[in-house]
Amino acid sequence: MTRLFDSLAIVAGILLLWTGVFEYAGDSAITGPLQTFRFAANLLGRADFWQHAQATLSAFGYALAISAVAGIALGLILGLHRFSGDVAEPMLASLYTIPKVTLYPLMLLVFGLGVSAKVAFGVIHGMIPVILFTLSAVKNIPQVLLRTAKALHLTPMQTATHLLAPAVLPEIISGLRIGFALTFLGVLIGEMFASQRGLGFLIINGINSHDVKRTTAVILIVITASVAANGALLALDRRAHH
Amino acid sequence: MTREGWTRLGLVAAGIAALEALCRTKVIKPLTLVPPSRMVHDLAGLLIAGDIFDDIGQTAIEVGGAFFLAIVLGVLMGAAIQATPRLRRAVAPVLASWYAVPSFVFYPLLVALFGLSTSPLIAIGVLSATPAMVVATIGGLDRVPRVLLRAARIHRLTAAQTLWLITLPSALPSLFTGLKLSFAYAFIGVIAGEFILSGGGIGYGIAYAYESFETPKMYALMLLVLIVAVGVNGALHAWEGRLLQRRQR
Amino acid sequence: MTAEAGAHATLRAVTRTYPGARPVHALGPIDLDLMRGEFFSVVGPSGCGKSTLLDVLAGLSEPTSGEITFEGKPVRGVPDGIGVVFQEDASFPWLSVRDNVAFGLRRMGTDPAEITRRVDYAIGFMGLKDFAHSYPAQLSGGMRQRVCIARTLVLQPRLILLDEPFGALDQQTRLLMGDELLRLWRETSATVLLITHALDEAAMLSDRVGVMSARPGVFIDLVQTNWPRDRDSRIVAEAEFGAVTGRLWGSLRAESMKAIGRAG
Repeated sequence: MTRLFDSLAIVAGILLLWTGVFEYAGDSAITGPLQTFRFAANLLGRADFWQHAQATLSAFGYALAISAVAGIALGLILGLHRFSGDVAEPMLASLYTIPKVTLYPLMLLVFGLGVSAKVAFGVIHGMIPVILFTLSAVKNIPQVLLRTAKALHLTPMQTATHLLAPAVLPEIISGLRIGFALTFLGVLIGEMFASQRGLGFLIINGINSHDVKRTTAVILIVITASVAANGALLALDRRAHH
Repeated sequence: MTREGWTRLGLVAAGIAALEALCRTKVIKPLTLVPPSRMVHDLAGLLIAGDIFDDIGQTAIEVGGAFFLAIVLGVLMGAAIQATPRLRRAVAPVLASWYAVPSFVFYPLLVALFGLSTSPLIAIGVLSATPAMVVATIGGLDRVPRVLLRAARIHRLTAAQTLWLITLPSALPSLFTGLKLSFAYAFIGVIAGEFILSGGGIGYGIAYAYESFETPKMYALMLLVLIVAVGVNGALHAWEGRLLQRRQR
Repeated sequence: MTAEAGAHATLRAVTRTYPGARPVHALGPIDLDLMRGEFFSVVGPSGCGKSTLLDVLAGLSEPTSGEITFEGKPVRGVPDGIGVVFQEDASFPWLSVRDNVAFGLRRMGTDPAEITRRVDYAIGFMGLKDFAHSYPAQLSGGMRQRVCIARTLVLQPRLILLDEPFGALDQQTRLLMGDELLRLWRETSATVLLITHALDEAAMLSDRVGVMSARPGVFIDLVQTNWPRDRDSRIVAEAEFGAVTGRLWGSLRAESMKAIGRAG
């Protein structure tokens, strides 16, 4: 009961802050909550919005698939081969700290305008955390598990499926959760600069043409979707960790 | 240096050499990428000429200000949240989904709030960097061993002494993780903000060079960003290693 | 209250109940007189409130009811003159062994020359001389516990409380640490209260052993050992030792079974 109350209080606090900002900055910067919800609902009922949304989602789908598959594969390899992992880990951590927006001209020059640049942007944002989480999950497998596998005369296949997979899965799910959010972020950034379609394009276009109503509504939709997906993955994450 | 360190150095050197060769032999077109040696040369030229000092100064002020504010705010908020279980339960979802929000989309709003100056960029940096410090502070405080706090009471330390002599050193490893992440996020947030909409700073310089087809300048500035990001991260890492080295093993 | 003999610390009808939706009555009522300079051990089944007893005596938590005094004054908060060695490793990992041991003295603003003298003595006494500049992470569990004991010893406490300090150590190390503890007790003439689950440890070290019941812990037996003051671990070979240990187990066996039954 108090938990529900607290959650509602947080939501109320956010709405209050929003209203306050709106009152202070005026409608040349942001629209108020009620107006934004109304316009967002309106947007959600329009076909051209869904074309943009679909462009974002399909690019995100490709990018996420690449981030996840390649990220987990690289993480497994680096985790199993100790030396490579020790060499690669700080390099990956450094790469993670680079402002990747600045790479956008390079991405454009390599991939050209369009879907592949967006996908590439998503991948460079999202893949590193997946690699790092998988790597540390594999590296931290307790040695006693492997000795147990030997004592039980498990085949390498059985060891992998029955011991190693369950041991590393929770951490990999955490990595995927973060990779999911960052890939989405990367795709949006890619669309802001390297595309004429997608939600990121709608946002930057709205900013440039001072269409505050539409920008605020799209941002609301994007944040809501992202936070909701993150919440679902967080729930999955919590279950995997118990 | 360790074997891993030498290997890393070798890999980076090999990568740069390969890139250099590909560019020199025109396998990669000069319009796409200039050779690394050229980037270094151009960056040196820019630094000697001095015309990018204003941009560097602006970015340094923004990143530095955001980093500093994020540390102060993050530690204070983290301590408050850690001390209040109910508040913690309530804000946990907000903290966990923070990085899922592209904070630079708030840039136009922040301009409207703070005016067109360095402040909205500092605000973006703070928005990006603070949650990492909050999470690190909570984690650090959680990991202060209870027995050490009991030892503090046996030594009849005051609250301030306990904080300075027991809590802070115990939380230090986690706080360092927070520092490194906060710097990265402040840097990323500020550069991205400059890149999108701004009249100055390194991020703006890159966007401007790109739009005016000054490819060499663009790559020189990108190299600068790379060096700063990796350099500061490396410096924090080394400092952390020196401080925490004796605690491990 | 400066008499050589007599009660050093007293507990009168002390109880402790942990509040909550279902309050847990953890301890008491306990009545005990700790005599000045004696070595007193408390044994009891796990979860019987032994550590709670130590907590309230050290002033780390307040009893729910009853009265505790130390050197004639009621205990409110941690009194001056009490040192505690905990079961968990309480060494400060960011300080060298030397700085760990000097920690308390530096807080009290003791004269630097005096700090050096007393820290040197404590480090030598606990056999840490070769490790003075090492950090806890480089030491074994037993050595770290020595650091904690030295850190307590250097403050010259008049009452030393030890909460299963050797619980995490192997049997041989524990016997040797017991010898160290006896040596320390003789040299400092402090009063010692040792909480332990090891019957042999209690029997070998103590002048008196209090046997506690399962929760809520009360004393169900008090065993006097009559060992000489300059005893050491070799008394485990004596018939008398077996008799003491046997009596302790006789009192404790039924209580331990209760504790296990509850845990299972």
